Amino acid sequence: MHKRISIEEAIEKIEDGMTIMVGGFLGCGNPHRLVEALAAKGTKDLTLICNDTSFPEYGVGKMVVNKQFKKIIASHVGTNPETGRQMNEKETEVVLVPQGTLAEQVRAGGAGLGGILTPTGVGTVVEEGKEKLTVDGVEYLLEKPLRADVALIAAQKADEYGNLVYFGATRNFNNLMATAAETVIVEVEEVVAVGELDPNEVVTPGIFVSHIVNGGDK
Amino acid sequence: MDKNQIKGFIAKRVAQELKDGDVVNLGIGLPTMVANYLPEGANIFLQSENGFIGVGPVPLEGHEDMRVVNAGGQCVTILPGGVFFDSATSFGIIRGGHVDMTVLGALQVDEKGNLANWMIPGKMVPGMGGAMDLVTGAKKVVIAMEHTAKGAKKILKECTLPLTAAHQVDYIVTEMGFMEVTKEGIVLREINPEFSVEQVQEATEATLIIPEDLKEMTL
Repeated sequence: MHKRISIEEAIEKIEDGMTIMVGGFLGCGNPHRLVEALAAKGTKDLTLICNDTSFPEYGVGKMVVNKQFKKIIASHVGTNPETGRQMNEKETEVVLVPQGTLAEQVRAGGAGLGGILTPTGVGTVVEEGKEKLTVDGVEYLLEKPLRADVALIAAQKADEYGNLVYFGATRNFNNLMATAAETVIVEVEEVVAVGELDPNEVVTPGIFVSHIVNGGDK
Repeated sequence: MDKNQIKGFIAKRVAQELKDGDVVNLGIGLPTMVANYLPEGANIFLQSENGFIGVGPVPLEGHEDMRVVNAGGQCVTILPGGVFFDSATSFGIIRGGHVDMTVLGALQVDEKGNLANWMIPGKMVPGMGGAMDLVTGAKKVVIAMEHTAKGAKKILKECTLPLTAAHQVDYIVTEMGFMEVTKEGIVLREINPEFSVEQVQEATEATLIIPEDLKEMTL
């Protein structure tokens, strides 16, 4: 089983018009090399599912500046003024989702669930157009699962099977997105042989990972 | 008081509400300053919604690691006993009622405990980030802000901006006073002795309830 591929091979798997998930929080835990390469290649009309659109010069923020997205699903775009501009001028469709809801939608997408019920957003514009259910007297919004064609994620280390361990606060959406896409490509700082990772410390099981790109360093 | 003194004053008063063992999420800006005044000897667990508990101070120059950042994207450190987790766990902690207190700023807050702090239609639409989940799920929601915005009232009878959450605010702390949102309305529990009750009411659209045992804010 060979999961290791080059950055170029990885980027070839993303076609115009696809839906991609990208891990990271304000660039922390973004797969930076994959995103750089995708920005350089200019693949377009993509739908992005990501916590935020980072900063104009950092992480997926660059791809927003490049106008590679037709639609963005995120919880926060305030740190990248270009996203706000494209949204206001209706160049890009931006769907804002509460962060905890986004996390659960991705988790549901990967876990075979038909959606999740959350109290977050009840009584706000977030509830518009959504089904409301009352369970034991409490109102919840039905939020549907999210899936993608390709997930681009980052981790500290992978073994050759794709078992992943993370460092610091980089885990965020990476661990969830690994479960919710047809093709999952992880960029890591280091690839080790099978057996070198302590099974007790693996966070993402390798069965979720399709391909590994070795970033070589931090 | 100048701007910074006002912010420090508010942050210090909020910090007095913290107890040993509390799990606390601090919003960006003024709320972050609460971390500078944590009660001595108490173990307070600061939660950062991007995925950890045990947020420590900003690292020394040259020791920054871009893999350890807070929810504002700034490099921070993690304290001994801290723990990292993913966003689903993080928001499970938040939504599931495991955060004792969240401290946030506000554009508007009203007497029904409604909060607006995430967008101004046509002007500023940054997104709600984790704010809606925090306000919905935390056991206590504390609004820490200047009483007015350049003279414009922020404590209203009814919010006019899109809400972050309905009926969730518990306390409002400003440079003028410490207020509790109750079913009857906003009660002024403590007043900064630099102001009169009339002055506080004048700076507030909602009608304040003044209890007989109104106390002075002491830091």
